[in-house]
Amino acid sequence: MAIVSLQNVTYKYPLTDAPVLKNINLQVNEGEFVAVIGPNGAGKSTLCYTVAGFVPHFFKGELMGAVEVAGAESSKSNLHEWVLNVGLAFQNPFNQISGAKYTVFEEIAFGLENIGVPREEMIQRVNDAMKLTGISELADRSPYSLSGGQQQRVALTSILVMHPKVLVLDEPTSQMDPIGTREVFGVIRTLAERGMTVIMAEHKVEWIANFADRVVALHEGQIIEDGKPQEALTSDVLAGKGFGISRYTSVARKAKEIGLWKKDKLPVTLEEAVEGFKNV
Amino acid sequence: MNIEIQNLTFSYPTGVQALRGLSLTINSGGQVAIVGQNGAGKTTLVKHFNGLLQPTSGSVKIGDWDTREHSVAKMARRVGYVFQNPDEQLFSKNVGVEVAFGPKNLGMSAQQAEGQVKDALAMTELSDKTETNPYDLSATWRKMVALASVIAMDTDIVIFDEPTTGQDAANIARIANVIKVLRERGKTVITITHDIDFCAENFERVIAMSQGRILLDGNANDVLGQEDILATTYVDPPQLTRLGKRLGLQKTVRNEEEFLAGLNK
Repeated sequence: MAIVSLQNVTYKYPLTDAPVLKNINLQVNEGEFVAVIGPNGAGKSTLCYTVAGFVPHFFKGELMGAVEVAGAESSKSNLHEWVLNVGLAFQNPFNQISGAKYTVFEEIAFGLENIGVPREEMIQRVNDAMKLTGISELADRSPYSLSGGQQQRVALTSILVMHPKVLVLDEPTSQMDPIGTREVFGVIRTLAERGMTVIMAEHKVEWIANFADRVVALHEGQIIEDGKPQEALTSDVLAGKGFGISRYTSVARKAKEIGLWKKDKLPVTLEEAVEGFKNV
Repeated sequence: MNIEIQNLTFSYPTGVQALRGLSLTINSGGQVAIVGQNGAGKTTLVKHFNGLLQPTSGSVKIGDWDTREHSVAKMARRVGYVFQNPDEQLFSKNVGVEVAFGPKNLGMSAQQAEGQVKDALAMTELSDKTETNPYDLSATWRKMVALASVIAMDTDIVIFDEPTTGQDAANIARIANVIKVLRERGKTVITITHDIDFCAENFERVIAMSQGRILLDGNANDVLGQEDILATTYVDPPQLTRLGKRLGLQKTVRNEEEFLAGLNK
């Protein structure tokens, strides 16, 4: 059943004329890992903010339609209630780190302190969360002395430690090297399999193809494609609109024109490409 | 103008040895991508090219200038450096002023500076945004402002640190085009990148670094085909290179043309 539901959602930021989200309808089931793709400016971050309650509670502006998470309606809730169900990791970790804490350990405990979790449980949860994301050795460092990729892991960990039902991630690996990206996608996949719902704005098509259950494509504030990665990422609807595509898809499309790709479906992953090309 | 590096080592004041003895020549007009895991020493290396860092031992020469004998301000005449995070280098009230800052500081005449600014703005598709405050632009466009402000200085050598981080497909294509134009003008372009497909499609020479040393250095196809060695610095070969290997193509391929040609054989 749907844990996240957006019905006819249209949203305008304050002092702007044009809506950033236009008539969005999106249902996400519990435990589903949904990747949101689209060129910059398509509305991916705004969609993340909307699910996470920052729109409209923090950013204000004009929200029409209904946003429901775990049975509660956004317009009838407070942000401090909302964040118990939904965690958001920002695109730029620098915007998320509190500035009030001297160490990574304290930074990650910050959210738990605010909801009054007992000390022993807090320590346990912080240690477990750091272990999960592989940052235990950073516990005593200042959050500001870290590289961009390390800061992104701290930002992610400080959300995971809250045990949200729904995890919203805005380009969580943009500043990481390939090994960091692989580890983070691996952790998120595991969490989704344990029942956490994940909505992730992301450009890295090959990783989405291998890890996400479903892809939602946004263009100029509207959903123009929604489906399984193989179908959505190869859809003709996305052509010419600034979407990133996998090199496998792109080369297979060219191969098809000259008769070197025989299948109807185009590949998005290495395995699909090997499968389709191996008998040529 | 060649870059000559001999037996370079560098230790940070904390004692961390970031570069452990490397020698390297980059010829005038060369197009080089530097890849490798975080902490391999990539940024530390390129910060030696304009004197931001000075060798602990060994030497770095840009043309006939030894970086130990010249100020960073002087090195800026020969080496332009685009930071990974544009917010670390932008400070002016509008895009036009920002991009004009470098050429003016180099002492170009007003007329020459104006020409450089106009050219850099056109190359980065910013000509219609000269009056805009850089911080009113999206992060993608701020990146282009950072590129333009360095290109306008018309240096022989241009360094890009992670130019594609967080960029969408359209902007990655814009950045690739900037690099192409610089190549056609005979500039030396050195780029640090984690985006291995971008590396494969835009650079002829690839240097892989690991733990402060050069692991591989050569023609892009030769380097990118060495899957096992690249794995030790956590670099995956490009998508089409991996596909070509899996299909047993004889030659290492790194772009669509090479792949389709290999498949057709």
